[in-house]
Parts: sequence; C-alpha cells; structure tokens
Amino acid sequence: MIATLVSSTALFAQLGETTPIDTPEIEWSALMPILILAAGGILLLTLSSLVRSVRETPSAHAAITVIIALASGAFCVPLWQRVQDPSRGPLTAVAGALGIDGFSVMATGLIAVTVILTALLLDGYLRREGLDSVEFYALVLLAGAGGAIMASANDLIVMFLGLEALSIAIYVLAAMHHRRAESQEAGFKYLIVGAFSSAFFLYGIAMVYGATGTTSLVGIASFLAANVLLRNAMLLLGMALLLVGFAFKIAAVPFGGWAPDVYEGSPTPITAFMAAAVKVGAFAGMIRVFYLALSVQIDDWQPLIYALAVLTMVVGAILAVVQTNVKRLLAYSSISHAGFVLVAVYTGTTVGMSAMMFYLAAYIFMVIGSFGVVGLVSQRGDAAHSLDDYKGLSKSRPGIALAFTVFLLAQAGVPFTSGFFGKFYVISAAVDSKNYILALVAMLASVIAAVLYLKIIVSMYLSADDDGAAATASGPTVSIPLTSATAIGIAVIATLVLGVLPNILVDLANDAVPVLVALS
Amino acid sequence: MSDFLRSYLTVAIFGGLAVVLLGALLGVGRLVRPNRPQEQKYLTYESGVDAVGSAWSQSHVRYYIFALLFVMFDVEAVFIFPWSTRVEAYDVYGLVEMAIFIGILTLGLVYAWRKKVLRWV
Repeated sequence: MIATLVSSTALFAQLGETTPIDTPEIEWSALMPILILAAGGILLLTLSSLVRSVRETPSAHAAITVIIALASGAFCVPLWQRVQDPSRGPLTAVAGALGIDGFSVMATGLIAVTVILTALLLDGYLRREGLDSVEFYALVLLAGAGGAIMASANDLIVMFLGLEALSIAIYVLAAMHHRRAESQEAGFKYLIVGAFSSAFFLYGIAMVYGATGTTSLVGIASFLAANVLLRNAMLLLGMALLLVGFAFKIAAVPFGGWAPDVYEGSPTPITAFMAAAVKVGAFAGMIRVFYLALSVQIDDWQPLIYALAVLTMVVGAILAVVQTNVKRLLAYSSISHAGFVLVAVYTGTTVGMSAMMFYLAAYIFMVIGSFGVVGLVSQRGDAAHSLDDYKGLSKSRPGIALAFTVFLLAQAGVPFTSGFFGKFYVISAAVDSKNYILALVAMLASVIAAVLYLKIIVSMYLSADDDGAAATASGPTVSIPLTSATAIGIAVIATLVLGVLPNILVDLANDAVPVLVALS
Repeated sequence: MSDFLRSYLTVAIFGGLAVVLLGALLGVGRLVRPNRPQEQKYLTYESGVDAVGSAWSQSHVRYYIFALLFVMFDVEAVFIFPWSTRVEAYDVYGLVEMAIFIGILTLGLVYAWRKKVLRWV
C-alpha cells in the first residue's frame, strides 16, 4: 500500500509522453519487517472474519499476533547484520522513500517487541472484560507498522503516512472498551488532539518544503548544507511546527496535557502500547527530522528542545507526585520519562543518540510491565486504579507485587535495574556535551519522581487493615492469566538483565546511531 | 517587504476588491429598490405548499456505514482513474501495484461483509 502511494506520486511527477516509466527499486528484503506487520494485521482481520474456528477462539488471535510480530522481529536480525556489514552498509528502499539504517532497524525491532508484549497482555484482559478481540490485535499490528514506517521514513510525506497509520489505529484502540464511558472519552480526546497535532505537523512540512524545495530528508540536509538562507523565517517556522507535532505525540509538556486523561481512559494494555510504541515511533521520527535532516540548524532547534526537556521532566514528575490514581500517576511518570529522552535528543551527539536508544529499549519493558500489572489489579471493569486498591497486594499476590516493585524501582532509576543505566547514559551524554545544568535538572527530576514510585510501593506493602476502616483482611484478589504472567515475566527479566549486564544493549545502541542514506 | 510577502499583496488586493464590489452591488440595490415588507414574503415558499414540521429531522444512523463504505470506494476510484489512463506506461509494475491496492480494499469489504455490515436491519 505504501509502495503504491509513494511510487505513484513519484511517477506522476516524472510522467513522460508514452515512454515507459522507470520503476523504482523496492528492496523487498529491507521492507520485510514493516510489510509483515502491516500485511499481518490485514490478514489476521480477514482470517478471523472468514474462518469460524479462528473467530471463536480468542487466544488464537493473540497467538497469531505474537507469531506475526516475532516474524517481523526475526526479519530485523538479518537486516541488522546487512546494515552493519561495513562492505554493504545502510540502504534506501522504494526510491529513497525509506532509509534503512541501524537506527531504524533497532526501532522497528523494539516496536515488534512492544507488539508481542501488548498482545500477551491483551489476551487475558479481553477475556476478563468480555470484549470482541480481533480488531484489537489487527489495529495493534497496523499501529506497529505505522511506528516502524516513522522510524525508517526518509521523506517527510512518508513520515506523515507512518504517523497517521500509527495515530488513527490508536484513536480507535483507545475507544475500544465500549462499556466504559472513560474509554470513549479517551478515544475522542485523543482524536481531537491528534488531529491538531497532525495539522501542525503537516503545516510544518509545507513550510520546510517552501524553504528548501524538497520533502526528502536527504534533499533538505544537502540543501541546507550547500545554501545559506538569508531569510530563514519560513524554515524556522516549519521547524517549530514540526517540533510541536512531535511534542504532541511524545506528550512533552506543554503539549502533553491529553496524556493523563487518555492513558487513564484507554484499556490498560492499550495504554501500555501507547506509552511504549508511540513514543518509540515518535522519538525515532523526531531524530530523523531534527538530528539528520536539520542537523545544520542545530543551534536553532537545541534551545527549543532544551526548554521542552526541562519542562517535561520537572512538571511531569511534580504533577505525578500529587496523583492518587495509579494509572494517572504512571501517565505523568511516562511524561517525565519523555523528558529524559528529550535530554538525549537535545545533545545532538552520537553519544546522545545511543543513550536515547538504550533509554527507549529499557523504558518499553518497564512501562509495559507496569501497565501490565495495573491492568491485572484493575479488576473486571478496568476501574480499580486508586492507591487504596493496591493495599495488601504484597500479601494476596506477592509475585505480582514484587514484579511491580521491580518496574517501579527501575523507573525510579535504582541500581541493578535497566532504568539506572538508562538515566545514567542520558545524564552522562548531557555532561559529555557540557550541559551541566541540564544534567543537574535531570537528576533533580529523578529524585522528585522517586517519591511517587515509593508511594505505590508503600501502598502495596501496607497491609489492607493497617488503616482500620472497612478493610478486608487479605488485600485485593487478582487473577493472573498465564499470558499476562508471561509478558510481565519477560519484562521483569529484561529489566533485571539489562540492569546487571547493560553491555548487551549498549553495543547494539552504539551501532544504532542514525545515518542519512541518499538514494544511490 | 520581501518579494515573497509582496506576491501575497495581489491576493489581498483581489480579496479586498471582491468585498468592496459585493458591498457596492448590495448597497446600490438596497438604495434603489422599494421596501414594502409583507408577512407573506417571509414564508419559506412564498407561493406553493406550506412547510410542515422542523427541518432538524433525524436521518437513520444505519446510513453512516454505507457512507463509510462509499468513501472507501470513492477513494479507490480517485486512484484508479489516473492509473487507468496510463496503464501501458506503468506496465506490469503498475498492474501489480494496483492489484495489491484493490486487493487490500477487497479484504476490507470482506471484513465488512462478514461483520454483517451490509445487511439491512
């Protein structure tokens, strides 16, 4: 589908009279991870509507989704090796519309992982809530494909396509819990805000096109490298509008006001997917636009991102502390995390880029794990989210309380968890580029945020009858389906292993530095 | 003022002229014509059948699904028409791409059909 759109626009431009048209090189092998996700979503939908036995066994949907995402992730491995091979290097696909480098392959791999974990969480959740299921999985797969397109887009229009594929699927997913009014509200809010942000983004594309005469990232970079713009107001305006578009998607303060409401209202596994995959896709797109295409303008965009990073870290952490609803609390904490990633983006160095990749990789496991636990504790109806609902969890379900503790400690950045190294690399990237104040603010923000994670942990280990009034003796009764337990288990293992042996991921992240590949 | 902004000046002048011209026409008409208000002149249909009921009637919600499906095939047509005028130039490549495009839309239709969307309730 993407190939059709891209190639037809390119073809109309160069339409000769009757001469046959040069068809662009597709590079199918480089597209496989994206194609598998997109085609998998469509095929899953078709299969389920045609085959009764698939339609009537909900876990079949989850199983097929996991297989599709695994296949997509598996195709990333040979692609990664091909891209890292010094004699071959990064490549472009579909006539330069997509750039496949270590960065985009790793981001695609991360998105495939989030799809797998989300599908595992969804299975138990949908069964408990008694919802129709296949659309959830199909939309998650399509959203994943959109995120992967964003991460490998080499052209602003293609990036917009990816952004829309990702966002539209998630607008629907947010509203899919049709018995909860909050879910409808979340979907509607996200749709309105998302439409705004898309409009900003498109206007930014138009302005950048007006200033540079191209939408290709390679074209923009080489135009800016070769020409000095005497009047660059249009370029700066375009750049600022693109930044606003991205800031909406990553929920950076002051553009992230929608996040707590939408995160709280959406079905919890979908919240997990939103917090993980959307952020990976949007940050990857942001890097491609700002770090690669607009690298010459670094002095212009750095101050903007500096302000965004400081505001996002501090405001996210402070507002989180006053919440009593765990889901909202985690929503604010995910805003604060976005601030940390912005610090890495701000540095604009290769060290910063690999710090960002490490942070994102560590973050998706922590955040999906956290929301996975929240989804289990929320009980049927997805409503029990107050801190009181977690009282005594350590007694009734010690395993799940322990897992949640691990995720929360990791988010706080405690040593021996992946979160510690994530924050460590980001802060050292900031110090490395001599931004001591920013590093200091990041450390302060993580101290403030630690308070809120401790609040949840204390609440879990406080027994239910400690405060006397009308408490049951044994804490909440939580049923744990095997699939959810698997997802949470994977996330715990990843969080702990990366906390003890970060080198596994550091080497990958170092090789995943984004590069701009021109059409050869 | 830069050249870029000056080129928009034409647009502004054109717009201003349109407003002035329209105002002038309506204003002159107002000055010249006689003004004799009568109640009958304000009816929806000055001559003919009286309007009954409110214009804010509801149309049935089941139509929206057909509207959605219509949009889907409308967009399909938008892509197919320009392609069909140049089929020979695109050759096999274009044929395959269009087959994929139509194939995806067809799968969407199959899904809609199996979801019993096409059944009139």
